[in-house]
Amino acid sequence: MLSVKRVTKIFNAGTINKKIALHDVSFKLDEGDFATMIGSNGSGKSTLLNCIAGVYQVDRGLITIDGMDMTRLSEYRRAAKLGRVFQDPMMGTASDMEIEENLALALRRGQRRSLSWGITHKEREYYRELLKKLGLGLENRLNIKVGLLSGGQRQALTLLMATLKKPKLLLLDEHAAALDPRTAKKVLELTDRIVEEGNLTTLMVTHNMRDAINHGNRLLMMYEGQIILDIREKEKQKLTVEDLLARFESASGREFAEDRALLS
Amino acid sequence: MVQILTAAVSLGLLWAIITTGVYITYRILTIADLTVEGSVVTGAAIAAITITRGINPYVSIGLAFLGGVGAGLITGLLHTQLKIPSLLSGILTMIALYSINLRIMGRANISLLQVNTVYTVFEQMGLRSTVSVIILGIIFVGCLIGILYWFFGTEIGCAIRATGNNPQMVRAQGINTNTTIMLGLMISNGLVATGGALIAQSQRFADIQMGIGSIVIGLASVIIGEVLFGRRHFASRLLSLVSGAIVYRVIIAMVLKLGMPANDLKLFTAITVAIALSLPVFRSYLKPIKKSMKWSN
Repeated sequence: MLSVKRVTKIFNAGTINKKIALHDVSFKLDEGDFATMIGSNGSGKSTLLNCIAGVYQVDRGLITIDGMDMTRLSEYRRAAKLGRVFQDPMMGTASDMEIEENLALALRRGQRRSLSWGITHKEREYYRELLKKLGLGLENRLNIKVGLLSGGQRQALTLLMATLKKPKLLLLDEHAAALDPRTAKKVLELTDRIVEEGNLTTLMVTHNMRDAINHGNRLLMMYEGQIILDIREKEKQKLTVEDLLARFESASGREFAEDRALLS
Repeated sequence: MVQILTAAVSLGLLWAIITTGVYITYRILTIADLTVEGSVVTGAAIAAITITRGINPYVSIGLAFLGGVGAGLITGLLHTQLKIPSLLSGILTMIALYSINLRIMGRANISLLQVNTVYTVFEQMGLRSTVSVIILGIIFVGCLIGILYWFFGTEIGCAIRATGNNPQMVRAQGINTNTTIMLGLMISNGLVATGGALIAQSQRFADIQMGIGSIVIGLASVIIGEVLFGRRHFASRLLSLVSGAIVYRVIIAMVLKLGMPANDLKLFTAITVAIALSLPVFRSYLKPIKKSMKWSN
């Protein structure tokens, strides 16, 4: 499915602020994998996600999805294969546009835009059904501006938009981190449900160890621009926060000193 | 008095077309596009030179539109392909257009007194010239509102609207924001040039200086329209632009009538726009307590 091969990304090359954000990173996701990715600030998780999405061009390496080379494609061209949800709830939606307009933009992800109507009547019914399933009471508010929604509602909507047209790969960039704990939990539950229903290949970045352990079938840990742990299936099921900390310390030779990740 | 008012309304209707162009960049794309200052004249210049060479005045309007589209394309390329900030891209095109417009016209001023214009048909029916302008203005503006309402409801139109709102999200939906920005700039400047062509024909001359301050006048009209008629539905927004452009012209006619020297007009307009744009700041001063008590990010 997704293959990342020896990817290196350097910021501010040739200056005193040079930072090797990704250092020769390689990993693969299989069809249907739901991998969580954890790591402290600056470990390169978000950079990796952004390199896959095409926000940043990599300096070295190869990124393929289903065997197709994406490495040099621009962000908007890769979008045909990717569903994305961002950390900032403002990022994933157009706030001055209506809920249905946002959904309509997402339904046509990766398609050539034409001069036919932006939304059809048939779609509206479909949107209403989908929103009903979210259980946020948005199904009767198709025409309100997204800017009026709460952060949690916006993330739920963005999640729906990202999967409205089935993506080859769903990229979640700490999409629950900016929400209060209760809302975050709801959004994560929704994530599980949507990923399961669609059998979506997913890469979810998180700061929260417990979330990383409780979701998905794989856990990747990043440290200083490299993937230092890749824990799978059975092994992951038995994993506890203590195990993870111990594995981190033996893999990195350091103590895990990131209090944000310990919070749950 | 009635005469002053009808003159103001007729001019306002023509400026409404320019205002719509400014609205597309300023509000929809959220770019302050100074190309406008040049493309107004480009439209006027193309219309003037083609009409004096014997080309049908209606055809000249179409040519003017295309000229404006070209100007918008240049600004769009500078901004999206060469990564020059939008404000500077507009300024560069505007300056370049000054020379280009002079080349088109061959001189700084072209009179249209001796030729037929788009308004001639109506004048031949015995209508006064301002009335002819109002009739044609209404036809043009009516068609324009219809077309824009349709266009911004299409997939491409929605993509352009979303681009000004959240370009990151638009790219994530597989849309090339460079294309949508360029399209917006081209349509906007095409409309501005069309307005320029219609204005030149109604005042019966084209002048190299006629674009000065047009961006500010356009902004003033956009803001007046929003203040007076709100920012609700898209169709009513388009109507508010027209009303804003007309109200602006009526205000100007009034202050001139009250004895303000015409030379101070631009200063007056600039101050009006500055005040209107800073209204949100004053509003936040008025209710600081209410806001600080509400938890927000």
